[in-house]
Amino acid sequence: MFNQPSVIVGLEIGTSKVCAVVGERNAEGALNIIGVGQAKSRGVRKGEITDATAVEEDVRNAIVEAEQMANVEIRSVYLGVSGAHIRGFSNRGVHPVVSADREITAEDVQDVVKNAKAVNVPQENHILHAIRQHFLVDGQDRIINPVGMLGARLEVDVHVIHGNFNRLQNAIRIVKGMQLEVEDVVFNGLAASLALLTKEQKELGSLVIDLGGGTTDYAVSAGGIIQHTGVLAVGGDHVTNDLAIGLKIALGRAEGLKLEHGAALPDAAARGQTITIPGEVGLPAKTLNLDHLRRIMHLRLEEIFNLIGQDLERADMLGHLRGGIFLCGGGAHIPGIAKLAQDIFGLHVSVGKTNTISSLKSALDQPEFAAPIGLVKFGSLRARQRPKPSLLPFELGKTFDRLFSRIGA
Amino acid sequence: MSTPNETSARNINIIGVGGAGQNLVAQLVALALPGLRCAVLNTAAPTGPMEFIPLAAKPVRDLEVADGAQVDAALAPAQPQLQAWLAGADVVFIVAGLGGKTGSAFAPAVARLAKATGALTLGFVTTPFACEASRRARQAEQGLVRLRAEADGVIALPNEKIVRLIDENTSLLDTFKISNELLTAGLAGVWRLLHCPGLIPIHFDDLRELIRSGKAENVFATAEAAGPNRGREVVEQLVAHPLLDGGRALGAAPAALVSIVGGPGLSLAEVNRVMEQLNRQCEGAQVLMGAAIDETFKDRLAVTMIVARGEVAKPVAPVGELDTQFLHAAEPVRPPSRFVPPPPALSPEKIEQLAARRMTGGGRTRKSGPKMTQEQLPLEIVSKGRFDKSEPTVRNGEDLDQPTFIRRGMVLN
Repeated sequence: MFNQPSVIVGLEIGTSKVCAVVGERNAEGALNIIGVGQAKSRGVRKGEITDATAVEEDVRNAIVEAEQMANVEIRSVYLGVSGAHIRGFSNRGVHPVVSADREITAEDVQDVVKNAKAVNVPQENHILHAIRQHFLVDGQDRIINPVGMLGARLEVDVHVIHGNFNRLQNAIRIVKGMQLEVEDVVFNGLAASLALLTKEQKELGSLVIDLGGGTTDYAVSAGGIIQHTGVLAVGGDHVTNDLAIGLKIALGRAEGLKLEHGAALPDAAARGQTITIPGEVGLPAKTLNLDHLRRIMHLRLEEIFNLIGQDLERADMLGHLRGGIFLCGGGAHIPGIAKLAQDIFGLHVSVGKTNTISSLKSALDQPEFAAPIGLVKFGSLRARQRPKPSLLPFELGKTFDRLFSRIGA
Repeated sequence: MSTPNETSARNINIIGVGGAGQNLVAQLVALALPGLRCAVLNTAAPTGPMEFIPLAAKPVRDLEVADGAQVDAALAPAQPQLQAWLAGADVVFIVAGLGGKTGSAFAPAVARLAKATGALTLGFVTTPFACEASRRARQAEQGLVRLRAEADGVIALPNEKIVRLIDENTSLLDTFKISNELLTAGLAGVWRLLHCPGLIPIHFDDLRELIRSGKAENVFATAEAAGPNRGREVVEQLVAHPLLDGGRALGAAPAALVSIVGGPGLSLAEVNRVMEQLNRQCEGAQVLMGAAIDETFKDRLAVTMIVARGEVAKPVAPVGELDTQFLHAAEPVRPPSRFVPPPPALSPEKIEQLAARRMTGGGRTRKSGPKMTQEQLPLEIVSKGRFDKSEPTVRNGEDLDQPTFIRRGMVLN
């Protein structure tokens, strides 16, 4: 009871929903999803917290629901973050090997990674992830593990994801305020790509686009490693907002229309068609042009993909995407979205399935759960590296273990 | 000071017009920039070692009634000396304080003469403080409009904005001094750009192209920093600079010139970093950059920016031709509004007809010409709906929170 190292929880405080996913590692180390809790999010805009009280309440609801479904007590979570303040960039660090025999040691590797992380990040920003790419030893490229090799100069390319410290801390504080431990903070785009991509797809080069409510996060994996990430603070909320303005309806109705009649591509058959929304208390009945709705949505979604495409082109990543493009997030439900992305990128596009987790209930295999499931996956990978994440100080924990085992016996 | 680069050295002439111009030139002379020829055009003789081109007396009583001919007549006695001095110049800076009589009246005339010699003519002027009475402001404005019409480019330093740069308790004397210092710093920055050995030299023709093509009002700002973080500090200073409207001028600028000057330790990587950030600030602008080394700078880094203003200056309306102007004036360039349907297309005959009716109609002829050229306000009320109060998401100069279909001009009908 005091030690549940096998339970891993991913918590995503999104713009449209707060979602907690509970995973469990069985005796063989395979991951099982055993519970999900969600709550409608009310205090987040464009991926960033704007109303801490509302967020706290939503997180509590989601956690409680997940606990009930999984029948466990949640003590710690892996927290997913997004928002316009999060940036990814690639950097190269250099370190001279100083030891007499020129053998590269583990310390040298640590130093070179530290050097690569050190530059260019503004003071107020905090590094979320520093993803090691390949090493270079004396200019020799594509070295996976340089420890034990001989060389005078060790270099490494690192993809650094960093974000504004205070804004990250806001989310962490809310979670900590509920007596939950935050094991780690993970960029949502990274989590989604962990959940969706198989080893082969990562190796081939794949782009994962998480079309969220407030932000669109994306990550490129190639050669088995995350090579490029980005956040566009535009999401499903913007689509709803565009519809509300363009069709002159209330936001709530726009959201409903988007879900019911939305599509990513303008449709010749929709021309001239109208939708009638019935009157409610305070809102009159209204007849709308379906073609307008489709065109407004199409322009916004097209723009999102175009901006991502421009960013990838600048980073010279478009040539690496032989594995195709995978969509997830609530936006992946929009009919025709894969076709639209395919037209823009000219690559194979599919709505991502969370392939990487065995025995997933089909109800959970929805694109909007990709990021929180990826958080669980991240946690399981992390737990494998660090086998004992004890909540209590080491000795004290042992004492309790002994105590309980004695009682049990 | 640095060694002048003889092969690319340009003849740079600076002429101060009027009292304020004289003071500014005196300050520049004190800086002892090599290869700089200074002169003063004024009624009273200056004290410094510079060429003095005397003006007979204050011939213009009131600028508002004075026309070009009167100014030319007053300038005629000094013209041979002025032309002799201008001969062979590649760049002519005209330094003046607008608002007074001499500066406002003669700066445009000198600009015309200088441009006639083929030199790149740049006006560096200050405009009066708001408290200096409206008459001076009016004179300054007229002077500025005329100077803009005559010179290749005008860099104006509104004294009013300086108030925001300095402490409230600064004495009046110091305020003027600071204003002068800012202007001299700007001048020195441009001079350095043309004169110092460049890591990345600015091509003179490019500069001329930039300045002449815009024909717009320019603003400038300088920032300096030292120490390990100087690159970032300089950019931060520039972005927050009151003369650049807190960085807004950068975003709207069609063109910008950046001059980076550092000590011998200036690295290309540093220049790159500064430029990368500035480029991000002025998206959509044609950015011209130069970097130079000045031995005296040690670990300091100075960045001078000259930014063209967003709107292109209107053609100056010659007095007495208002009617024809109404008929033939080019329409002000303005992106089509997304909400207002375009006005019905009129055939030329129809325009004539309408104009004729306006001239004679109802026996009430409208004498007040300027009213006919009433401009349209940029009324584009673009709602951002639920994102009204959130931090804007700007990419490529577009606010992505505004609906895409509005930005793309899609018509819903």
